Amino acid sequence: MKTQKRLLLGDEAFALGAINAGLSGAYAYPGTPSTEILEFVQQDPVAAQRKIHSHWSSNEKTAMEEALGMSFCGKRAIVSMKHVGLNVAADPFVNSAMTGANGGLIVIAADDPSMHSSQNEQDSRFYADFAMIPTLEPSDQQESYDMAGYGFKLSESLGVPVLLRFVTRLSHSRGSVAVEETPAPENEFHYPDKKDQWVLMPASSRKRNKVLIEDFNKAQQLSEESPYNAYHDANDKSLGIIVSGIAWNYLKELYPDGIPYPTIKISQYPLPQKMITKLFEECDSVLVLEEGQPFIEKYLRGVIDRNMKPVYGKITGEVVRTGELNPDEIKNALLKIKGEDCGLKQEEVAGISDIVVNRPPALCQGCGHRDVYQALNEVLKEYESPKVFGDIGCYTLGFLAPFNAIDTVVDMGASITMAKGAADAGQHPSVAIIGDSTFTHSGMTGLLDAVNEDSPITVIISDNLTTGMTGGQDSQGTGKLEEICLGIGVPEKHLRTIDSHPKNIEEMKKMFKEEIDHNGLSVIISRRECIQTARRKVSK
Amino acid sequence: MKTDIILAGVGGQGILSIATVLGRAALMKDLYIKQAEVHGMSQRGGDVQSNLRISDKPIASDLIPYNQADLLVSLEPMECLRYIPFLNKRGWVITSTVPFINIPNYPDIKTVMNELEKFDNLVAFDMDKMAKDIGSPRSTNIILLGAASPFISIPAEDIVKGIEDVFERKGQKIVDMNVKAFECGRQATLDFIKDK
Repeated sequence: MKTQKRLLLGDEAFALGAINAGLSGAYAYPGTPSTEILEFVQQDPVAAQRKIHSHWSSNEKTAMEEALGMSFCGKRAIVSMKHVGLNVAADPFVNSAMTGANGGLIVIAADDPSMHSSQNEQDSRFYADFAMIPTLEPSDQQESYDMAGYGFKLSESLGVPVLLRFVTRLSHSRGSVAVEETPAPENEFHYPDKKDQWVLMPASSRKRNKVLIEDFNKAQQLSEESPYNAYHDANDKSLGIIVSGIAWNYLKELYPDGIPYPTIKISQYPLPQKMITKLFEECDSVLVLEEGQPFIEKYLRGVIDRNMKPVYGKITGEVVRTGELNPDEIKNALLKIKGEDCGLKQEEVAGISDIVVNRPPALCQGCGHRDVYQALNEVLKEYESPKVFGDIGCYTLGFLAPFNAIDTVVDMGASITMAKGAADAGQHPSVAIIGDSTFTHSGMTGLLDAVNEDSPITVIISDNLTTGMTGGQDSQGTGKLEEICLGIGVPEKHLRTIDSHPKNIEEMKKMFKEEIDHNGLSVIISRRECIQTARRKVSK
Repeated sequence: MKTDIILAGVGGQGILSIATVLGRAALMKDLYIKQAEVHGMSQRGGDVQSNLRISDKPIASDLIPYNQADLLVSLEPMECLRYIPFLNKRGWVITSTVPFINIPNYPDIKTVMNELEKFDNLVAFDMDKMAKDIGSPRSTNIILLGAASPFISIPAEDIVKGIEDVFERKGQKIVDMNVKAFECGRQATLDFIKDK
């Protein structure tokens, strides 16, 4: 019984839905816009009382595997990450379709159209499609809540994990959600009935793959009957609309008295083919509205465009190809296709005054990364062609003025390995700058490569004792960084530490210069607590 | 009954607290709410906004379309100008006049104020000064909430309940301070409209 209403972010609504549906373990590495899922579990009283697992993992791959281990034991688990985190977790994610799930397993990937806080706009639905994993895409906060319980059941009935795809706008938007007051019991501990498919050796994988393909057809049928996919008929058959996820809300916003065209709302994949076929039969043309990349549109079109009727969307250009959707973008698409026959009017919109300038984000005053960049910039001035390989975190902002200090940023951990590759090519000085949390996420393995070849690079670990950019989550290497580096094999003489602080600038410069001039691997741990987390501790 | 509000400011100024209080108040009144926030990179001193929609009927979109915001509520005068395309023709602009200068090319504040004064429905106060005057320099955001409250379709006493609910865990002193800030902002706007 849902008797209580709460105001929740999409992320939080899902987390609470999972707890109330008998969750036993939540796993994640922080990443905008997915971070609030695990954070919600960490502060929830029922989760605390039930001792539901909610510790941060080192990265998305370890989180995914830990969740799969919990599912193996019959318990319900969730693992949450941002879209690019799914790249890190891709190996266990794709193979988890092969092993299957025992206890319900939901993988949450939060996509970031418009790149509010990310390096690309990749669409996680493509991953689920080739892995043959069903996908849920909530359109609002209530569905985010409801799809947790629904997703666990779907996962258990098909015996595979389920992907739940969020987009930033839903992850970070609050709405009132009706919730159950009494959480369902957790699953009993039990092992999988089919044991062979959990050992992915070629012989068992070949057998399993056939079953997986058949099961994906079953998933297809379930999509036709899903309560989250619906065919809304209407009189004007000159256009049919296929709309997925949060775009459904924007379309409804434009037509408060009802959408004049037949419309299929999609929140569960694989795509409901029968529903779509019916729409094509009944309508003269079809418009696809989907957040992210043109996933549905590509499916409809195929490689050879054999559709007899026009399909409008991102590929044909009526819908914006990049950036997130909103009611105005959808209105523009409808006006392009139908003119004012669509019942909407082109309105004049006031422009933004020319005096308004951009206000990019910046490193906080009192942040230790500032001191690192100041010292590094001053030292590197003395060299002809220095290169600094950056990484993902607050210190990525060192690219912007006033520091303009880094030359590359690609993915978690790439600073060390790209610096090594550049040094292999003859680059000197070749400096890597990486944060503490990113180092334990994906920097350690690359550092081993540099140790094994004693590569002439200087790695600066700018340690602020937290995962800063996402709001200050525990960092897995805190208090252990020196031991980790020594353990990997960094020579003790060239593993140096210093406090990042304005009063230490001269000392930092001296240390940086000495290690850059060393013809081999050096690691400098430059440390100062994040000013945000330090302030929070004081105000407590 | 429906109020569409754009909240604007600079990361770290506290616009999310305004949204949280209004959200809580609306929930207690059993109204429908949608509130889109910005988390992540922009929170480090970049421009931030929140779309807040309150209604007695279900709300479809989390985002407010152009020309549809009833209120543009800003902690910073230039940030206010950034969201003008969303304001409807009869909408009100409520802003603090204190510039937040963390960029080298911030425009001359006089030209910013001239732009703002083009709007007939403008309420603009030095809210930092108001906060200092009542001995609560960190409550500028709640003063702004008070200043906007006469235009929001939730009774003031219910917004006060929202403040009490949100700040309860920080102790009675903080609750009282914020209620005082709310009333200070509200009264200033009521006096201003009366004189107009």
